[in-house]
Amino acid sequence: MSAPLFDIRGVSKIYGPAATGLVALDDFSWTIHQGDARIVTIAGESGSGKSTLGELLLRSSRPTTGEILFEGEDIWSFNAARTRDYFRQVQAVFQDPFGVYNPFYRIQHVFDMVVRNFGLTRSPAAARTMIDDAMTAVGLNAGEILGKYPHQLSGGQRQRVMIARAIMLKPKFIVADEPVSMVDASLRASILDVLMKLRDDLGISFLYVTHDLATAFQVGDEIILLYQGQVVECGNAHDVITNPQHPYVQLLMNSVPRADPNERWPGHVELPAEEALRTANAVGCRFAARCPQRMPRCDAATPRRAGVGPNQHLAACFLYG
Amino acid sequence: MTAPASAQAPAIPVLSVTDLQVFYASRAGDIKACDGVTFDLRRGEILGLVGESGSGKSTATSGIMKAIAPPGRIAGGRILLDGEDITDFGEAEMRRRRWRKLALIPQSAMNSLNPTMTIAAQIADVITEHEGRQEAAALNHRILDLFQRVGLPSRINAMYPHELSGGMKQRVCIAMSIALNPAVVIADEATSALDVVMQRVVAQTILKIKDELGVSFIMIGHDMGLMAQVVDRVAVMYSGQLVEIADVAKIFAQPAHPYSAQLIAAVPSLTERRPMVISAGVTHDPHNPPSGCIFRLRCPHAGAICAEARPALTQISPGQSVACHLWQQDESKAYVRAPV
Amino acid sequence: MMAGLAQSPWLNRKLVSGAGILAAILLFGLFGRFFWDTDLVFIGSAPVNLPPLGFENMRGQLSAAGHPLGTQSDGRDMLALMIVGAPNTLLIGAIASVIGITIGTVLGFSAGFIGGWVDAVIRVISDVMITIPPLLVLIVFQTSLGEIGIFTMGLLLSTFMWQSPTRLIRAQVLAMREQGYVRMARLSGASTRDIMFRELMPNLLPYLFGSFIAIATTAIVTAVGLEVLGLGPQRVPTLGRVIYESIESAALLKNMWWWWGIPTLMLATIFIGLLLINLGLDQVSNPRLRKV
Repeated sequence: MSAPLFDIRGVSKIYGPAATGLVALDDFSWTIHQGDARIVTIAGESGSGKSTLGELLLRSSRPTTGEILFEGEDIWSFNAARTRDYFRQVQAVFQDPFGVYNPFYRIQHVFDMVVRNFGLTRSPAAARTMIDDAMTAVGLNAGEILGKYPHQLSGGQRQRVMIARAIMLKPKFIVADEPVSMVDASLRASILDVLMKLRDDLGISFLYVTHDLATAFQVGDEIILLYQGQVVECGNAHDVITNPQHPYVQLLMNSVPRADPNERWPGHVELPAEEALRTANAVGCRFAARCPQRMPRCDAATPRRAGVGPNQHLAACFLYG
Repeated sequence: MTAPASAQAPAIPVLSVTDLQVFYASRAGDIKACDGVTFDLRRGEILGLVGESGSGKSTATSGIMKAIAPPGRIAGGRILLDGEDITDFGEAEMRRRRWRKLALIPQSAMNSLNPTMTIAAQIADVITEHEGRQEAAALNHRILDLFQRVGLPSRINAMYPHELSGGMKQRVCIAMSIALNPAVVIADEATSALDVVMQRVVAQTILKIKDELGVSFIMIGHDMGLMAQVVDRVAVMYSGQLVEIADVAKIFAQPAHPYSAQLIAAVPSLTERRPMVISAGVTHDPHNPPSGCIFRLRCPHAGAICAEARPALTQISPGQSVACHLWQQDESKAYVRAPV
Repeated sequence: MMAGLAQSPWLNRKLVSGAGILAAILLFGLFGRFFWDTDLVFIGSAPVNLPPLGFENMRGQLSAAGHPLGTQSDGRDMLALMIVGAPNTLLIGAIASVIGITIGTVLGFSAGFIGGWVDAVIRVISDVMITIPPLLVLIVFQTSLGEIGIFTMGLLLSTFMWQSPTRLIRAQVLAMREQGYVRMARLSGASTRDIMFRELMPNLLPYLFGSFIAIATTAIVTAVGLEVLGLGPQRVPTLGRVIYESIESAALLKNMWWWWGIPTLMLATIFIGLLLINLGLDQVSNPRLRKV
């Protein structure tokens, strides 16, 4: 039985001193196995820690506690060669479809860098074939796009080029950090469609980081909802979204605007005047201050995850365990 | 959250735009960023202005505010603000009206707050800049009143922008925009950078201000879902032209223009997993728009007449106007949809 | 791409005319020596105190055909002095700027990209030196050095020319370091050297150009300042030196306006050319300044 693709064990990320610093991610654990191509959605509002998780997996930042194992090895134990190898298997697509391009170069440059630095091939013809294949997989015509400058393409096209770049290495895992939030609403579907196709055809797993629950529902196989660094609900995407049990997730689902003027938001939402800083030494459920079903025990300890709903997905709330 | 006010007696609209044209000069000819846009904004209503990027919605509102810089220019049209013709107003005259009669919440407004000034100081700045020096206690009271209107706690007046969350900063920008009691506020993508709960809170705030102060809003956005929740009427723009304008209930029940239908279909559903509608985006070259109807290259129902004549914005029923050749009058003079 | 060149922002009027002016002066200097005898710069090679063509000097003498711009009081021909002196002045400016920009780029990059104590040290040195008035220090240096040549002059000036590019490039690198494409380059396996030279450097070129022109201007101004005081190269003609000699020989009293007037005009032309290039570069980097 081979080691899981990713085995994240008790990872926390704290900014500042260990005792009183800001907790971006709190005791996060998760596993994904080899050969199990899936799209895992990490959803939450800004400040929930979802981007932090992406950064940790991409080795942009180090976990304060816990370890991240890739195929059984701690990713921070790699030497230079192994690190390069890691990035052949784990790539990323980011939120801003413009800032990721160097305005000085044509689109071709993005691919050339990958070919050169990872030593994919020495032959220009072979490189061109690889680029063509990657572009076709995302629904673009290489001949039309490679010679252009970034500003000459639309946001949707630029984002697809970034996906093509990521898959050229035939990675096993791609961290997609809000890949469609800066793309026009009408073009998002085409990009998300590409992600699903890549999962099905090339067996690539995705960590889809987003704050948009509607796309999470359409695209994700598994969903993990974060609130201020803690997992509040997780499980099969369909189960969680059709049957949210955690009060925060229920609030989120109610707040997604429905395209029907007869189904307007029920009631009024008030935010507490003070958003408590989630310092490392704070106790209790992070959502308690905003929770309509707050109980005394919610301030005393952090709730553990318990099975909820008809299919027993998990929610961390004292209402259930 | 109240029913649309389309049944009111025809009062003078607070903003009336007729045939607005904003062109950008380029070496390859003029780009018609806004080509003949006509609409009215009634008192106490929220009008949603919807379209993809490149649709001209921000340009249209910049044109209304007379904030077009070269190489852009206002090439034609008439703008009436609260009954006053501001079309030919120069910069000095416009400055007296901006903020006082017509305010703008720009895109990423929360990033445009001055990081070195406290919130109260910034709002005080806006007020004193347009109304002259104010008595300190009265000014303070006014600022706290504004905070209350947008649902912010009073202690933020001594805080700096970086200490506030995104949603709070956005509400500060809303407070700044209503500080001088304008008749019209243009909110350009006011909730785009916010998460879903914060978006709802900000949208609620806007509705509350509309109800309590009677301020009219133009909400620019690209999310039809949000429009359905907040606005009274929806105006849909495509590549510089207004293709449909209708009461919110009507446009969602039966979108008259094929593009409106596409936009509504593109909103992903939270209740069922269905294949998402893939859209191609604005496909034509802005220097070389198609002849006749501007949408015909993307329209599944385009016919011969669509290439010949540009459809005029016609009222097909009370509370719904569309610019599309599909809608023709039958013998009883009612408008019906028929293939071309 | 050629079609794009015709419409390129690089071909705006200011840049083209500024470059044209400098090119004209350079060509005047480089090729002038084929059409005019530059041996006439030596003392005693021509009749003294002659006015330019069409004018009379204080003593009522008329100009001579062989010396259209007049002569000095030690028998040196003005036209020859201009042909030799103008390129020398430009050369001093060029040497100082090239050395200054090179040092500035290396230090600015290191400070911005590496950060830490490297940044701290470089910043302290450059910020302190910016506050020191260059002219005073250079006067002290030169009086102790005595006779210097063009290259040494340029080198000396460059010690005060690198600070401003260092600060500028450091600031740009700090901003660019956080750009998405730098992050992307790291994910694509690029080394730090790759990122500095392949990713960041090309985007710095507009700033480097602008900085180069700015410090060339400052270098020439400072050089002229030194030369007019009598410091600077003495064995080869430069525009500032000619002005110095004119003051020393009381040309003002003798009403020999061409002696200081013509080099001043030449300097003014050079500065106008440099200014136009600077404004033209502004237009390239800031699309809003472009007229359609």
